[in-house]
Amino acid sequence: MTSHTIPHADDFRAGRELSLDHRKLGMWLFLASEVMFFGGLVGTFLHYKATLPTPEAALLDTVLVGLNTFVLITSSLMVVLGLDAIQRGRRRGLITFLGLTALLGAIFLGGQVFEFISLAGHGVTLQSSVFGSSFYTLTGFHGLHVLIGVIWALVTLMKAARGTYTAQEHAGVEAFGLYWHFVDVVWIVLFTIIYLI
Amino acid sequence: MTTATPALSPRRYFGWSTDHKVIGVQYLVTSFFFFLVGGAMAGMIRTQLLAPDSTLVSAEAFNRLSTNHGSVMLFLWILPVLAGLGNYLVPLQIGARDMAFPRLNALSFWLLVPAGLLMLASFFVGAAEAGWTAYVPLSISGPDGQTLWALSVILLGTSSMMGSINFVTTIFTMRAEGLTFWRLPLFSWSMLATSILVLTATPVLTAGLALIAMDRLVGTLFFSVPAGGDPILWQNLFWFYSHPAVYIMVLPAMGAISEIFPVFARKPVFGYRMIAVSSLAISLLGLTVWAHHMFTSGMDPRLRVPYMISTMIIAVPTGVKIFSWLATIWGGKIRLDTPMLFALGFISMFLIGGITGVFLAAIPVDLHVHDTYFVVAHLHFVLFGGSVSGAYAALYYWYPKITGRRFDERLGKVHFAANFIGTNLAYLPMFLAGLLGMPRRVVNYDPRFTELNQLASLGAFLLAVSVLPLLYNMIVSWVNGPKAGDNPWRARTLEWQGSSPPPVHNFDQPPVVTEGPYDYGEAEARSMMPSPAAAGD
Repeated sequence: MTSHTIPHADDFRAGRELSLDHRKLGMWLFLASEVMFFGGLVGTFLHYKATLPTPEAALLDTVLVGLNTFVLITSSLMVVLGLDAIQRGRRRGLITFLGLTALLGAIFLGGQVFEFISLAGHGVTLQSSVFGSSFYTLTGFHGLHVLIGVIWALVTLMKAARGTYTAQEHAGVEAFGLYWHFVDVVWIVLFTIIYLI
Repeated sequence: MTTATPALSPRRYFGWSTDHKVIGVQYLVTSFFFFLVGGAMAGMIRTQLLAPDSTLVSAEAFNRLSTNHGSVMLFLWILPVLAGLGNYLVPLQIGARDMAFPRLNALSFWLLVPAGLLMLASFFVGAAEAGWTAYVPLSISGPDGQTLWALSVILLGTSSMMGSINFVTTIFTMRAEGLTFWRLPLFSWSMLATSILVLTATPVLTAGLALIAMDRLVGTLFFSVPAGGDPILWQNLFWFYSHPAVYIMVLPAMGAISEIFPVFARKPVFGYRMIAVSSLAISLLGLTVWAHHMFTSGMDPRLRVPYMISTMIIAVPTGVKIFSWLATIWGGKIRLDTPMLFALGFISMFLIGGITGVFLAAIPVDLHVHDTYFVVAHLHFVLFGGSVSGAYAALYYWYPKITGRRFDERLGKVHFAANFIGTNLAYLPMFLAGLLGMPRRVVNYDPRFTELNQLASLGAFLLAVSVLPLLYNMIVSWVNGPKAGDNPWRARTLEWQGSSPPPVHNFDQPPVVTEGPYDYGEAEARSMMPSPAAAGD
């Protein structure tokens, strides 16, 4: 109905002068707001970690989650390789690496579910204590972001299979990559504050 | 599709549209509806407070009314009316055809509607009654409406963040050729500063509201005091957003009146760069002051002094703006049309609100008047005397742009007079009542405050009546008003250089900006190369 008002490339002349793609800038701004969102949750977790006794913390399986962390970091590498592939015009490479990204993301989620189930078996639940509430909320919101990322990876994969991306035009892959790396970085912060310190 | 405008039926305002101008008007009209709703709640509150022992509403109903009055006015009126102005104006001011993400823009608006209805619907299940601040543990134990309230505010925050991503991206990537940042109109500057602040502060409130919603819905223990939950944590999360929210709600109004002063004084803006940069300074400093709301809450007393100092420092960039505005109109050929009157009203009333904010930042004063009507008076001078006056000024100033019609100037002046007298009558007595010790959020009060409360109620009723000439003027002038011409105020900013109302595509050809937007009084100054369509102007 009003599709003629949807901007096209000519509208973003000022952005080109600044070397700013509007889609990537939008993504960066969204991620900045996500940093603040997780900042609120992390602040909550740290506040309670500092002020309340947390006997449940001894139940956390640092080795399992450490392996899971390795899986997630590897998935970020896959996104980098996928982007590199499409920048060289290799569509098949992009599809393969996006598939691996989604697979590794799914393995991470599986590990998280396994961890949650075993913790629940020890009586640590959302309702068992303030630690339980803040642990599951923080890791759960992150897991939700990984889930969204897996779905996004698969959507990007299907678009790649349809030939949407080329060596010149692949901002969609870059936007997904920014998101995925962000989710990965958040996890490194969470792993540090929840499991290591 | 050059100048042959496709049939612009009014029906486009009632459905999904990605045109920023349609979305802008949708925001303006929707928020005005919620303004009337919030005003009706204020009317009930002020009627109750006419007498010290009135029983018109129950204490419970009073809490629900005051909670939702505040929430509706802040989240469903001031924020969206300013978002509406930004939506309508920013693309036109920077010479763009639309926002950077038009569908996201439409989605931002369409989140507002269900969120607003959700908040109002909460009255059917027992509305939120913990104050707009939703302090825990009150907000954990309240009725079901408290959950709807939290979900509604999460949605409204999301809408606001999506809008802000759009504004920042649009201003960075879609400026017309030659429109450098130092030629950016001051309203667009203020939207940029506001949006950065929204993106930084709002997500923290979202996180806090998520915790409250989970405590209520799935039984988490974040704010359960017996389990070790900390009520002050919520206050930190809440005020980390809700103090900057005041700047979010006043910066665009400041931007609007920064546009109005040079036009109605026929002079270049004094200190253009200082006004622009002070908006950014307010945004950044605004993130460092939140705990001044918690001086009496049991926070670490050693933290009070740093927060007092950072709060007082905010007065500096604000003062820079006020002196720049005064210097702009100083010695100008001042025309006291309605937008100018509201802009002058903004300065005088916002000054009262702002300067009492400095008083409140002082720890000893705050300990004395915390949670009294002094605070209520302060915030209403900032938000009603300031933000709402600014929104009115903007509404009148850009009315001919949006509608292509002139409004009735006499009715505009009547509205201004009633609004100005009503605001001062309603809120000045509250300063006195507060200093004398009247607590806020009480359904009944000590009889010695009766006269002050009756004065305040009288002012509130005048404010209620003052909306009538505005409504009449806006509606009737749109239908029957004389044609305004493209640029009735003879303004130089880019949005006034094309036809009024603008065509769907905004500009017949991409504009080229060759000078700054406020070179009034210089015979050769042109803010834009005239396009063929605007050549006769």
